[in-house]
Amino acid sequence: MVDPYLAHLSNQLMLGAVLVYVVTMVAYAAELSFARRRADAEVPADHARVLVGAGGPEVAETEAIDAEAGEAADEPASERRQIDWSRFAILMNVVAWGLHGAEIVTRGMAADRVPWGNMYEFVSAISFAAVTVYLVMLWRYKINWLGPFLMVAVVIALGIAVLWLYNDPGPLRPALHSYWIAIHVTAAVTATGTFTVAGVATVLYLVKSFVAVRPGGILSRVPAMPALDTVAHRAIMFAFPIWTFAIIAGAIWADSAWGTYWGWDPKETWSFITWVGYAGYLHARATAGWRGRKAAFVSLIAFGCLLFNFFGINYLVTGLHSYA
Amino acid sequence: MTTSTDETSTDAPEAQSSPQAPRERPVGIGPLGWLRWGWRQLTSMRTALVLLFLVALGTVPGSFVPQRGLAPEKVSQFFTDHKTLAPWMDRLSLFDVFAAPWFAAIYILLFISLAGCVLPRSWQHYRHIRSRPPKAPRNLARLPETATYETEAAPDEVLAQAATVLKDRRFRVDSHDDHVAAEKGYLRETGNLVFHLALLVLLFAVGFGSAFGYKGNVIVTEGEGFSNALTSYDAFKNGRAFSSSSLPPFTVWLDSFKASYLPDGPDRGQPTEFSAKIRYQKDLKSSVRPYNLQVNHPLNVDGARVYLLGHGYAPEFTVRDGKGQVAYQGAVPFLPMSEATYASEGVVKVPDAQPDQLGFIGLFWPTAVPDAQGKVTSAFPAAWNPQVALFAFKGDLGLSNGAPQSVYRLDTAKLKPLLMGNKVKPLAVGQTETLPGGAGSITFTGYRQYITIQVNHDPGRVPALIAGIIAIIAIITSFLVRRRRVWVRARAGEGGRTVVEVGGLTLGGATPEFDAIAERLRETAPPTPDEE
Repeated sequence: MVDPYLAHLSNQLMLGAVLVYVVTMVAYAAELSFARRRADAEVPADHARVLVGAGGPEVAETEAIDAEAGEAADEPASERRQIDWSRFAILMNVVAWGLHGAEIVTRGMAADRVPWGNMYEFVSAISFAAVTVYLVMLWRYKINWLGPFLMVAVVIALGIAVLWLYNDPGPLRPALHSYWIAIHVTAAVTATGTFTVAGVATVLYLVKSFVAVRPGGILSRVPAMPALDTVAHRAIMFAFPIWTFAIIAGAIWADSAWGTYWGWDPKETWSFITWVGYAGYLHARATAGWRGRKAAFVSLIAFGCLLFNFFGINYLVTGLHSYA
Repeated sequence: MTTSTDETSTDAPEAQSSPQAPRERPVGIGPLGWLRWGWRQLTSMRTALVLLFLVALGTVPGSFVPQRGLAPEKVSQFFTDHKTLAPWMDRLSLFDVFAAPWFAAIYILLFISLAGCVLPRSWQHYRHIRSRPPKAPRNLARLPETATYETEAAPDEVLAQAATVLKDRRFRVDSHDDHVAAEKGYLRETGNLVFHLALLVLLFAVGFGSAFGYKGNVIVTEGEGFSNALTSYDAFKNGRAFSSSSLPPFTVWLDSFKASYLPDGPDRGQPTEFSAKIRYQKDLKSSVRPYNLQVNHPLNVDGARVYLLGHGYAPEFTVRDGKGQVAYQGAVPFLPMSEATYASEGVVKVPDAQPDQLGFIGLFWPTAVPDAQGKVTSAFPAAWNPQVALFAFKGDLGLSNGAPQSVYRLDTAKLKPLLMGNKVKPLAVGQTETLPGGAGSITFTGYRQYITIQVNHDPGRVPALIAGIIAIIAIITSFLVRRRRVWVRARAGEGGRTVVEVGGLTLGGATPEFDAIAERLRETAPPTPDEE
């Protein structure tokens, strides 16, 4: 039933992905520190350090830089070098992402099922979703300042998955024999990955709101607070309907698997609490007097509930969702 | 052309509804005034949000404190472990959080608050859609999105042209003397309101379903059946508005049950498939149909749904009493103590035994193996080597006084132990244990499997599902659409030329659309000579 060759290949791909993610992380960090050194030497022209799309045509990239960076275009040597780090980081990021995707596909093929049936697979899939969302937002909104921080989160998550959560691929228990696993879990994983991107942006937002930005410091490399807020808000606006859908799809599935569409199983309860948290964030952000730091805290609390629902509920509380 | 962006400023329609913002406590307004004040407080968005957070907060103990509805055995364990604390927690309904009066209070208040918040706004929005787009502000240059240009065309022509361009883009357009006002994107607020209305319907459907619905559990052993009547159930829960006449009169028989498990590997013993071959009859006049009942494949009969919830072993015994007569013969369902090994325990009561009634507490191991201490345990959930151990009692089972007794518990108050401790030897299939003192014997003749069936009916599930789907579609629509207003003002300038001002206001930040509109307007107008 389980193909041992593919299972082995999947594990090798996972190790490869983690290694390249580490390289990506270092490259992003190098980009940061080079930018910092340059900024120390020169007048801080904050928005000048613009990034480069992943492997796009050279001309378009230069144009983008010219358009966005204006006066910074005539800084030959240091700018060149910095762009190289940026491009290298993004290239490595895409390679890692590809390896990661291949890991998930081979894992699914090895077990001959949807590759999200246990905690190892969930963490892998959620990290993949987060990186995917990041790459899409990188391409559309040029957010590679988020890269180093997200990579830290991804490397930690995958490290935990490989070291502590690993499980050989195998068949699923009967409650999971349903096409709803492809729908419900995919939606939950996508939403969780996107919420993670929003969470990282929100943490940066809050750090920036409390810590004084030194010119040339790492924080000066991160865009202004409204931009951070926008990225977090966009990600949550995208993820919130998907999370709602995941809950409803879960209810439909529960109706055929457990005989009740909503039984206040701990996982259901906490997914509801998470939903309320993000709904609260969306309202808070739209309400005068709550916008800004307070809304960001609500968003972080919601993210905390999400993480607790994922790790805490699976390991601390027994319920119908105990598949760990 | 200048376009400025203000992403963070105003996004949410919610921010606009200021009339309901809570005010300071009024003085001397009379009972009616207080009522109105209270209603305004209750239906403010802040109250609705606070109530929503309270519901979320209220569910938290439900996931940490054992709940009667989900795990009654853990609740009684909690009562034994925490003798002083548990009764107090019980008084706060912490073991039935989701049926607690305070939970219902929050839920109902939230429902009223949400309704009081959303319904008037729906009416407002309806009137807004019917009304004309708002007139232009005095100074269009102060708007976040602005453009100006000059043209040879007369102001009237410019405005007529602007109206056409905006109508082509499906704006609602209203022409005034000196300007054109246009508005678009009502779907944002419509989606937002429909989302909240759908949530109201969802809340209502959940409440309605639990009031009129029912849920019953019953154990059915292979070769036996059960009829859908209140008396057949081992456990039954119904809503307040349920009447027993609404139970459809179907019958289900279990022919065989099969469970498959992983035989090896790190997840050894993990189940891979449960499948129950059943037959069912909708009512006495209908034909009997077969069905393969599986975990994700419930059976729908006449509005009720039949689920395979669990399974277990029912060892078969033949008991002979002190007079040598067969006093009991049959299968007794044992309750699994461990999901991993299906080691189970149960009770055999033999009230017909003579001269003394007999009772047994039994342990069943589907795959019996000796453990390190030489005791027997079960190594696997499938019945590879089924064995039972029986602790025997004789005396009075206590059934005659009419008090209801659990079939899984032996009331040992008036019973005398016959076989205890080390004298109890595990029996393999076919083996007989002879009881001391000529009290009789018990033979382990084999085993059957049983399944736990749940039958339920919830009239709220389909409305809840529809409401949920509508809610998702509505919120996606609301998130994708932005409401935008565009004003075009044309006035005669110097030298017979016309100065055209275009102003735009988009909720949630500027879009490229405004630039496109301004560009299009400029293109259609005949250019001024010096601009060329």
